[in-house]
Order: sequence, then structure tokens, then C-alpha cells
Amino acid sequence: MSGLRKPSTRRKPIMSQTRQSETSAEPILAVRDVSKTYEGGFRALKHVDLTIRKGEIFALLGPNGAGKTTLISLVCGLAKLSEGTIHVDGHDVTRDFRKARAKIGLVPQELTTDAFETVWNTVSFSRGLFGRPKDPAVIERVLKSLTLWDKKDNKLRTLSGGMKRRVLIAKALAHEPEVLFLDEPTAGVDVALRREMWSVVGDLRETGVTVILTTHYIEEAEMMADRIGVISKGELILVEKKDELMRKLGHKELTIKLDKPLDAIPANLADYRLDLSEDRLSLTYSYDTTAERTGIASLMRLLAEDGVRFRDIVTKQSSLEEIFVGLVEDKK
Amino acid sequence: MNWHAVKAIYMFEINRAIRTIGQSIISPVLSTSLYFIVFGAAIGSRINEIDGVSYGAFIVPGLIMLQLLTQSISNAAFGIYFPRFAGTIYEVLSAPVSAVEIVLGFVGAAATKSIVIGLIILATATLFVDFQIAHPLWMLLFLVLTGFTFSLLGFIIGIWADGFEQLQLVPLLVVTPLTFLGGTFYSIDMLPEFWRDVSLFNPVLYLVSGFRWAFYESSDVSILVSLSMTLGFMAAAMAVIWWIFKTGWRVKP
Repeated sequence: MSGLRKPSTRRKPIMSQTRQSETSAEPILAVRDVSKTYEGGFRALKHVDLTIRKGEIFALLGPNGAGKTTLISLVCGLAKLSEGTIHVDGHDVTRDFRKARAKIGLVPQELTTDAFETVWNTVSFSRGLFGRPKDPAVIERVLKSLTLWDKKDNKLRTLSGGMKRRVLIAKALAHEPEVLFLDEPTAGVDVALRREMWSVVGDLRETGVTVILTTHYIEEAEMMADRIGVISKGELILVEKKDELMRKLGHKELTIKLDKPLDAIPANLADYRLDLSEDRLSLTYSYDTTAERTGIASLMRLLAEDGVRFRDIVTKQSSLEEIFVGLVEDKK
Repeated sequence: MNWHAVKAIYMFEINRAIRTIGQSIISPVLSTSLYFIVFGAAIGSRINEIDGVSYGAFIVPGLIMLQLLTQSISNAAFGIYFPRFAGTIYEVLSAPVSAVEIVLGFVGAAATKSIVIGLIILATATLFVDFQIAHPLWMLLFLVLTGFTFSLLGFIIGIWADGFEQLQLVPLLVVTPLTFLGGTFYSIDMLPEFWRDVSLFNPVLYLVSGFRWAFYESSDVSILVSLSMTLGFMAAAMAVIWWIFKTGWRVKP
């Protein structure tokens, strides 16, 4: 695909702000006790509380229909708030909607573009729509940062899906927002393009823009986010730093590949909750990485005492996906 | 006021019209020319003068009004419906713009297009018939008020429509018949008394009548009644749009 950049190549930052050395504690988005009930009675969000700090990348994870897009719609003014309040950089999204919305850029899930417009015109239109005066230099910088400059005179219908996605990001950045919402940025795109999007978000991080993305791809959150929120059936189940989440809820598995098939798990190992594989050639031990004692040393000693010989040992960290599935299952 | 946004929406819509200038202008000019040839020259030559005005000249204001109404409605309806259909409406709704600014942008552009078409048809009419405009400023006032009012109506239709069929429904089934029965091609004095009374319930009659008065100082109803009715329609359309944005009907779930 022309114009696509290898992930290792760094581009110029998309905007001119300098990178904050550390994520500021100042909230850019404050969601307080927000509920949303659609006409017909469907309750899409239930008493959601969420604070996003300036400069962070926040991933909102959840299965389809969990309420991710509804939450974004409420913040951006695409849906009416039923209960609660939302502030963007201190501005109420209902009462002070002009100031609140001026700080937000939204990249929707669907590739919704004006097919017959040129890239330059559609991005310039977005800047004007958000109340900013014409500034060709800003549009040029945004287009160049998204490798769209050589496509500026192309009509949108002639662009590939990946390029259209970039145009939507350019439109969202044209008014130099402080918060960028990416609603399922890589839904339905191929692996190469997904990595491209990750790279774009990585560049945004450099500029200090707060990025809030929704996804049901765990890998995406794992790759990009500073913090993760898990939403299921309209409730925010958990908000945690990604590393903390992995540490708290992460389990490791120790798989012991045996020399010879084992008839049964020795009785003195009953407390270890070991699983014997079907071929009886491996034992799996699950343990908590945060526990004071993992029990690995004593397990090894007891195996040696029982005369169980092994040829290999493999450890595996549970992925965010497994954590996520566990949380959602618990909720059910 | 977010004037940058109003300008952005307005210019976006105007540029769309310029891109499709052929269908925007040639089609109404061609169909109006056919009306002049058929009703003005062929049939009109066999009809007596009405209020001292030749039949060909008499139908000029009505034909302009016919195109003004249909163009205003279809331009404004399509202008707001298409972003809804394509999904690009998300950007307008998430922007720091008020309902007034959205309406000014979309409706302003639709009204501009239809007024320009009205003026082009006026120029075209001079090729077919001789006529005078007694009150050019009143003529322009009615042109602008009617263009804006029916663009507001088109905007409402564009919000209401759930498909392209519905988008065509109101102009085809309501506006065109009302225009034909609103004195476009005749004076209501030519009708039997019963139908004359029925015609007074047709809102388009007041628009055509006021517009024709600006040309020939003859009208079916008083100019002040025409003006009041036009302003009344505009106020009613504005009230409906205010309600749409207040409740989020078909716009915000």
C-alpha cells in the first residue's frame, strides 16, 4: 500500500505541543455517575465514573454492545445524557458544550467520508466546523504527519481503507484538540494496518494529546494503553494501570515436560492443584506472581523426592485477553 | 456564534452544488423553458389577458415560484439527509455548533442555491415573454423569504426521511400539487366560488399571489396577507426545527 510507513520509522509529531515528561495528574475528562437509557428502555450505561488524566492513553475494553461507543457518544454530544455529568477540561459537555467539544477530536468506528471531496477540503472543513480560522500550515502539518500529503488533492473515494482511516484521524486533529477519541480504530483492518494505527497513536503520545480508544482487541490495549478500563453490560467493572492490572490479575503457568508418562499425580502433590495432560507427559502448575511464595521451589523438591524426572520447564504469563475474559465471565 | 462553522457548512454545500452545476441549474431552466413554450406560447396565445397582463407574462412569477419551492425543499432535504445517510453527520453533531448555526449553514446554502436558480429562471423568462417588475425590492424580498422558508421545510423533511423515497415524497405528493393548485397558471378568480374558497386554504397561493403582485401589482389576496402568511410559515418551520433540536428527534438518540 503506497504511503504506508514501516513501524520503525519515526514521523514528525502530529502537533506542535511539546511532550509532557510525565502524565499529568490533572483530569482532562471527568465522568460522574453517568447513566444512559435509550428510548425503548434499554439501559446502555449504568452509573459510570471515570477520570482520564491529561496526556495519558486510555483503552476502554469491552465486548460488542458493552457500552463503549455509547460512552464516547455522550462525551462528544452524539447522544443525550440521561443521568450524571461529564466535564472535559472542566467544561460541562451539556451546559458549556462549545468549550468542551472544541477540545475533543473524534474518529468514528465506521469509515464515514464524503466520497467526492478532496482530502485537503474535507480536513479544512473539519477545522472550520470546530470554530478555528483557516490555517493551511496546520492542515499541511497534520497531513504530512499522517503521510497524507501526497494524497491531498485526491478524492476520498479513490483512497484505500487505510488511507481513509488516516483521513478521519486528520479530520479529528485539524482543530488541534486536546483529547482524541478513537472508536475501534482497527476494527476490521488487516494486521499491517493495525500496526500502522498503533504507530500513529504512538506518535500522538509524543505530542501530549490525550488518547481514549475503545477496542475489543486485547492486544491493542496491551500494546498502547497506559491505563485500561473494562466495561461490560454498561458497567465499568474495573479501571487500572495496565502493568498493575497484569500484575494483580495475572497468573503464570509453569509447565513441566516429563521424561516418561506419569500414571497419576503423586498424593503428596495434591495441594498444588496440578493438571496432568492427556498424554500424561506434562504437568501444569498455576501460580500467582504476586504471592509471597510461589511454591515453585517446594514443588520441584517434592517432584525430585517422588523420582519424577523432567526434561523441560516452560512458564507462560496470562495475557490481558485471559484477564479480560475472566472479568467478563465473573460479571456474568 | 461560531461563524467559522456556519461558513464551513455553507461553503461545503455551495461547493457541492458547483460540482453538480449541470443538474443544479440546467434541469430547472430546461423544464421552465418548456413551460414557457407550452403554456406561454402555444396555449397562452389562445388565452385572454388576466388583469391586463398577457398570459405568458402572467405565469412568470408562478413558474419561478414553482421552481423556487421545489428546489428549496429538495436542496435542503438532500443537504441534511445525505450526511445522515452516509454517517458523516457525526462530525457536525460533535462540533461546537448550536442548532442555529447548523440551520444557518445548511438552510442558508439551500436557500442561496434556489434563489440563484429563481433569478436564472427570471432571466430565462425574458427570452420568451415581455414583462415588467413593478416592485423589484418586494420581488427580491418574497424570493428570499420563500426560498428560506421552504429550505427550512426541506431541512425538516431531510431530518424526517428514512430513505430516498421519503425524501421525494413530500415534494412530489404535496408541494407540486399545491403549487399547481395555488394559482401558478391562473388567477383564482377564474375558479368557481367553491374552489376559490378551497384555494384560500392552500398556503402556496399566498406566496404566488404576493410574488405576482411584486411584478404586476395584481394579486388574488392582499400583499400584507401574503407577507404575513409567508412569515407565519417561516415561524412555524423554525418552531418545528427548534423542537427537533431540543428533543433530539431523529438526530440524537
